[in-house]
Amino acid sequence: MAVILRTEGLNKDYRLGGFGRAKIITALDDVNINVESDRPVIISVVGESGSGKTTLAKTLLRLVEPSAGRAIVYDKVVAGKGAQPSKRDFMKSVQPIFQNPFEAFSRYRPVDAYLFETADRVAGLQAKEAEASVDHALVAVGLDLADVRGKYSNQFSGGELQRISIARALIPDPSLIVADEPVSMIDASRRMIIINLFKRLRDEQGRSFLYITHDLATAYYISDFVAVMNKGRVVEFGAARDVMGNPQHDYTRLLLSSIPTTRSRWRPRSRIAG
Amino acid sequence: MIRLNNLVAAYRTGRGSINAVDGVDIEIPDRCILGVAGESGCGKSTLMKVLYGDVLSPMSLASGSIEYGFNDDQNKPVTSDTIQKQWFKRISYVPQSSMSSLNPVVKIGKQFVDFPGHEPNKRKVMEQVKTYIGKLGLPVEILDSYPHQLSGGMRQRVMIALATFFQPELILADEPTTALDVVVQKEILLLLMELQEQMGNTIILVSHDMGVHYQITHRMLIMYAAKAVEYGESDSVFAAPLHPYTRMLISSLPTIGDESARNGIPGSPPSLWGELGGCRFAARCPLATDKCRAEEPPLVEHKPGHFAACHHAGSEIPAAGEPIWQ
Repeated sequence: MAVILRTEGLNKDYRLGGFGRAKIITALDDVNINVESDRPVIISVVGESGSGKTTLAKTLLRLVEPSAGRAIVYDKVVAGKGAQPSKRDFMKSVQPIFQNPFEAFSRYRPVDAYLFETADRVAGLQAKEAEASVDHALVAVGLDLADVRGKYSNQFSGGELQRISIARALIPDPSLIVADEPVSMIDASRRMIIINLFKRLRDEQGRSFLYITHDLATAYYISDFVAVMNKGRVVEFGAARDVMGNPQHDYTRLLLSSIPTTRSRWRPRSRIAG
Repeated sequence: MIRLNNLVAAYRTGRGSINAVDGVDIEIPDRCILGVAGESGCGKSTLMKVLYGDVLSPMSLASGSIEYGFNDDQNKPVTSDTIQKQWFKRISYVPQSSMSSLNPVVKIGKQFVDFPGHEPNKRKVMEQVKTYIGKLGLPVEILDSYPHQLSGGMRQRVMIALATFFQPELILADEPTTALDVVVQKEILLLLMELQEQMGNTIILVSHDMGVHYQITHRMLIMYAAKAVEYGESDSVFAAPLHPYTRMLISSLPTIGDESARNGIPGSPPSLWGELGGCRFAARCPLATDKCRAEEPPLVEHKPGHFAACHHAGSEIPAAGEPIWQ
């Protein structure tokens, strides 16, 4: 079985203030996750804001250097001591999708420029090959190059732009895609289109995802594994159905009981007088 | 009872005028929590602005009026023309972003007594403020803090304390918990419910989360492309939604423990600039027929107290096969 994602004692401290009054904030506190599987998987990281979810994503994307420990993706050390691959190799195996698609694309540049730039600089494809790979990636997310060419970000809806940024991530043929809150800026009625797309890319193209979210319901819907984070620690980790169906840690139970569902009410409502 | 008489709110733009709220005509009973749902751009926030009387250019009240059902100090009924004088006294507003609504360079305590008047009066009010915020589960020390020293949940409680301090008849809450985590969201929503029960006033809550609406509302208003498409008792709306849009909204998001495939609602709402003939949802509706595309359905009462604007109200939606992902 291949190691899809493993973190070994991953630690990240941020220093606030300077000199004698420096305050240390531990954003990641001894994070150990191990996912081994033959099939591609979707791993969710859930928790409240400030729990360290985004720092974990940034560490895996090499945007921040961990203070201690290391992370392994598909048998390659990508962060921490002994990180092997060169930048280009790394970007070919791990690709990001960010929260706000309107901020990910500049308003003054056509969106297809981003796609061709990724094809050129990361995947090393030019001319005809680049065009073919961009078109292939766009078709995988339900668009095609003719729809996108020469258009600017304000000519797309949030959902379409997010699909274009997923297409951009697909161009270098990565094995792991790190998606940090990819649907929180998208209208609730169209969120599931993106979520179903992740599932489809996992099953049909063999991509693994690290899905970072505070929305436990969508995490339950798509993930194979779930890590629950609180204050920089992973408090519960395991197969998604086990963790959410039979939570062991008090914090996981608290999170699950706080979701507003349309099944049962927290408390009865008062009657309308008159 | 609050009565909205065929309310039309328009934005004037360089390309002409568009109606962001187009003919909403409903009655809201007293002492209830009304939930307003719909996707972005459907006119929820514009409706709230009009209700609050915050009508500033380029927005205008093109036609229609609101009767609020309560009287001002001269014992005259308050309408959309006089509502501004009642701000904080009889109507108040809880915004989405507490950080940009509180003054960052003034301490919380001072923001409570930020009104013209004499010092002794303010000291008396300050005493009342101290007892009041204690009731809402806030420590007295926060009155000496600046907004940035508090957590998001605490700041939102301060906003609720400010909005409810004078026990107004009507509180408007525009996505009050969207920026918060689930655990804090639950606390804030339970607090709102409790305050509403104690004060017996009306709350109008905008949220895109149908779960939030199910938990706390008595009545629901569903909006789509500037129109009210469904309005009724929450129990009835959630148990048997009449409009296919409402049905799809409720079932579009997954729940824990349910493995069935969810599709979302494919397509997007029509542009309010274009020709808007017939039912505005027809292009995305699985039940749409030629009648829907030609004739606009009016909002009519299908069951006692349960209104819907649909030619096929209550019809079953044919089961979708493969999950739609485009």
